[in-house]
Amino acid sequence: MLVVLFVVCAVFAPWVAPYNPDHIHLLDRLAGPSPQHWFGTDELGRDILSRIIYGSRISLEVATSVVTLSLFLGLIFGGIAGFYGGILDTAINMFAMNAFMAMPGILLAIAFVAFLGPGLLNLILALSIGGWVGYARLVRAQVLAAREKEFVEAARALGAGDLRIFLRHILPNIIQPLVVQAAIGMAGAVLAEATLSFLGLGVPPPTPSWGSMLNDARAHLFDAPHTVVFPAIAVMCCVLSFNFLGDALRDYLDPRTRLTVGL
Amino acid sequence: MPFLEASHLTKRYGEATVVDDVSLSIERGETLGLVGESGSGKSTVARMILGLIEPTSGTVHFDGHPVTTRSRKMRTLRRRFQPVFQDPYAALNPRMRVAEIIAEPLVIHERLSRAEHLCRCTELLHAVGLDDSALARYPHEFSGGQRQRINIARALALRPELLILDEPISALDVSVGAQIVNLLRDLQRDFRLTYLFISHSMPMVRYLANRVAVMQHGRFVESGPCEQICNHPRQDYTRNLLAATPELRTG
Repeated sequence: MLVVLFVVCAVFAPWVAPYNPDHIHLLDRLAGPSPQHWFGTDELGRDILSRIIYGSRISLEVATSVVTLSLFLGLIFGGIAGFYGGILDTAINMFAMNAFMAMPGILLAIAFVAFLGPGLLNLILALSIGGWVGYARLVRAQVLAAREKEFVEAARALGAGDLRIFLRHILPNIIQPLVVQAAIGMAGAVLAEATLSFLGLGVPPPTPSWGSMLNDARAHLFDAPHTVVFPAIAVMCCVLSFNFLGDALRDYLDPRTRLTVGL
Repeated sequence: MPFLEASHLTKRYGEATVVDDVSLSIERGETLGLVGESGSGKSTVARMILGLIEPTSGTVHFDGHPVTTRSRKMRTLRRRFQPVFQDPYAALNPRMRVAEIIAEPLVIHERLSRAEHLCRCTELLHAVGLDDSALARYPHEFSGGQRQRINIARALALRPELLILDEPISALDVSVGAQIVNLLRDLQRDFRLTYLFISHSMPMVRYLANRVAVMQHGRFVESGPCEQICNHPRQDYTRNLLAATPELRTG
């Protein structure tokens, strides 16, 4: 699978990449694809293939952290809203969730990074702030459905505490849609990171990132199109592969379609 | 003082009154049968007695202690009465193994070692007529009757004094249901249990219960000793209920 390829690239970047991604070779600027440099070189003579491979590190690092953090926040707030209902639900669902839903996530992220300054941590925080609402809504809806099940009532009649009921009885039964949502959320996070880096709000240079590579290459769109094409293809393939993973997981986890799909 | 006493229980959801001023009492060791058609409020009564839903008005006392939905004292009180629900498919968490399901009440209430848990689980499984091989399996691998046995095993784990049986056999077919009823009767003798047996099947109630209460539209229409209600029903509704269920020879 394509996802595996990206993960392998990210983890083993120093061994996979043919060159140092930051090595500047001014005599070899903007060279097209060749046997030495498969994807060519950029305006500072850096090997694009190596930079893409190292860039997948940043992309996946950001995407994983953002999804983990968003999912965590979503589980806490969505879980509380769905589990307890009443005033807590109104407060979290009506006010917090709807307020965040009303603002475009990427705008929120841009404002946040512009305010705190670029950097890996700020980038992750900014994207999570926009991202948790989707998970919270999903968790809330799932918890609402699951807490009415008879085995939850049985556990309550046994004297089980709220935390125990949530962790042992509700969470394991709602985890499937969350896994699917997380896989698809990875794609969104990769794209959002590229967008922010493209706008210069991502990880500061010279760290290679797909978005910042695209931004650097913008000026050479016509005289050296390969500097744009390859990072763009990387972003596209990565997003596509996570979406496929999400779809495949959904089919696999749903018993009704399990037999027809080969993961 | 009665062992379980519910007085003037009423439950309203918005405009609809589901249970209307129901009072009942059960003495230690007896079985009270609660009969009525679907939607007559039987299960709501059971859930209020179990402290799972808050009555709009009225109180429940178990052995002199008030039953509430949440409180610290309630945790210890819950050990003494346990439910067995109607749908054996929905009442077991599909993601837990049978060993975990039956051990859960022990994990919540008693600090025992893993080996002691396992030992108790095996005992309980034997008591309900299942064998050790069930421990490592998941609920979906069992038939309805077997799952209801697992439900009963879990309910018995804390050695409760009262079981609230909310239509324990209505989701099962007749012969399996009869086996479960016989099991319940044996368990009542062996563990000296008190039952609140909820059903819409008159023959099953007649077989198990000492006293019967008949519910319609959230109210009690008739109650009294089993023989009297079954043989000389005073209300038309009770007569209809008796006529609606085919006679089943049991025991």
